[in-house]
Amino acid sequence: MKRYLLFLLLTAGACKFNDNYTPARIEGKQLEITPDIPANDSLENFITPYKEHINKEMEEVLAYLPYNLSKSDGRYNTAIGNLMADALIELSNPIFNKRTGENIDIVLLNYGGIRSSIAKGDVTTRSAFQVMPFENEVVVAALKGEAVREMIHYLIDSGTAHPVAGIELQLEKDNSIKKVLIQGKPLEDSATYYVATNDYLLEGGDSMNFFLKAEEATNLDYKIRNLLIDYFKAKDTLNPVRDQRFIKVE
Amino acid sequence: MERRKFIQSTAAAGALAGIGSLGLLSFTAAKKPKHITILHTNDVHSHIEPFDNGHAQYPGMGGAARRYTLINQIRQENPHTLLLDAGDIFQGTPYFNYYGGELEFKLMSKMRYDAATIGNHDFDNGIDGLLAQLPHAKFPFINANYNFDNTVLEGRIKPYQVFVRDGIKIGVFGVGIELKGLVAKKHYKETEYHNPIDTAKTIVKQLREEEKCELVICLSHLGYEYRDDKVSDQKLAAATKDIDLIIGGHTHTFLPKPTVALNAIGEKVLINQVGWAGVNIGRIDFYLDSSGKKNGGGAAIIV
Repeated sequence: MKRYLLFLLLTAGACKFNDNYTPARIEGKQLEITPDIPANDSLENFITPYKEHINKEMEEVLAYLPYNLSKSDGRYNTAIGNLMADALIELSNPIFNKRTGENIDIVLLNYGGIRSSIAKGDVTTRSAFQVMPFENEVVVAALKGEAVREMIHYLIDSGTAHPVAGIELQLEKDNSIKKVLIQGKPLEDSATYYVATNDYLLEGGDSMNFFLKAEEATNLDYKIRNLLIDYFKAKDTLNPVRDQRFIKVE
Repeated sequence: MERRKFIQSTAAAGALAGIGSLGLLSFTAAKKPKHITILHTNDVHSHIEPFDNGHAQYPGMGGAARRYTLINQIRQENPHTLLLDAGDIFQGTPYFNYYGGELEFKLMSKMRYDAATIGNHDFDNGIDGLLAQLPHAKFPFINANYNFDNTVLEGRIKPYQVFVRDGIKIGVFGVGIELKGLVAKKHYKETEYHNPIDTAKTIVKQLREEEKCELVICLSHLGYEYRDDKVSDQKLAAATKDIDLIIGGHTHTFLPKPTVALNAIGEKVLINQVGWAGVNIGRIDFYLDSSGKKNGGGAAIIV
């Protein structure tokens, strides 16, 4: 605080003399940073070691993918979304169980959170950064069955392939529910379900307001990107598929 | 880029407040005109390298080393230049994930940024993560509407900074967006958010009346415009006076040209924002003289 006061005094002193200048003309424009502008050598050279280190890390091959994965390959569920949701339940549950003695019943992420496709071939650290550039962490919310029912209706209303695991949701042509199962069992309004998601959605992101009804939430201090990296490392070949977890009967 | 230009006349947005005895000026010898250039970026989001040549939207665009070339060219043209950033320096490429913002701050220091304000993503490694990188920044961070008193940033962030370029006093203050709901509480901790408009009114008065600034610039991470009542640069412009320029960020807004808005007393104020990822740099040139045309005369704005 003292330093700040000193700064104030100094700047006040510097501003004592009184000029009478006012703007007569103001010009404003935007300059594009185009490829034909030469890079400044000293800055470029300064960046190089950082760039080389990152490229080395990013190019580390973690797994093999025999086909392209894109989030546009399914209407209600996609292979890439299923991969993310399955990875989440597989790697988060042991941590959650160790901390609480409970098990994760459901995973729900958001479709918009799949930030990139993955091309067939080598899956690298860069792939994980592209799919999940953000710092979001895994959280597990305890939701009553009623709130899970709201979640089901959110999925139906959105008609979007939000990544899910642990649930089976089949819709009739008119969007009525044909079948809904949680961990293979019917949904009970009074039961408590443990729903793994990310910290952004837990706070109601993407209008997932049912998460605001969480009775408690456990942050696993596990970044989703790191979870994906660990998952890729643990698998030799990735072969996720679109399946029956969320479908509409045609 | 070829730009359509047009001229608008404006009252010299309150630059006169607090400067007395202007009426006598027309009888004294005119002073040498002054030229101040403001360069600005926003939401660079760790985009240190240019986009790939195959990028769908911005092929080959951006890059810190190219930006620096352009900045140096403009500084040669006019040494009386300020270089400012409107926040969200962090997050968006692995450079941030690996180095926590160190390289971003070091490069901005090498480019001789004069000041930056704080965006919501600058809290992405927590308030401690921001503090840890501050030693790499040789420029001040300015924000006037966050109270950091009960946080590790106490005393580290200035509400404003007064720069003197060619004898012209330029007051630059910062305002930031409400963090609640946007940033996890565990990241911003006990940082208190105050209404940016109320804060701006107080600070602008101080800059004009006490600091006797001839130009007042707001460095904002509020966002350009919203459909609802959320405070934006447009709302800030309309509710205040005596600000010459609002440099914005957060909404990644690409403007075809800087916006000329009207302030609370019907004077014109410039708002500019240049997209994101360092694909553009904004340039505002102020030509000042001592003709002191108060109300009615004023500056010609060419955008």
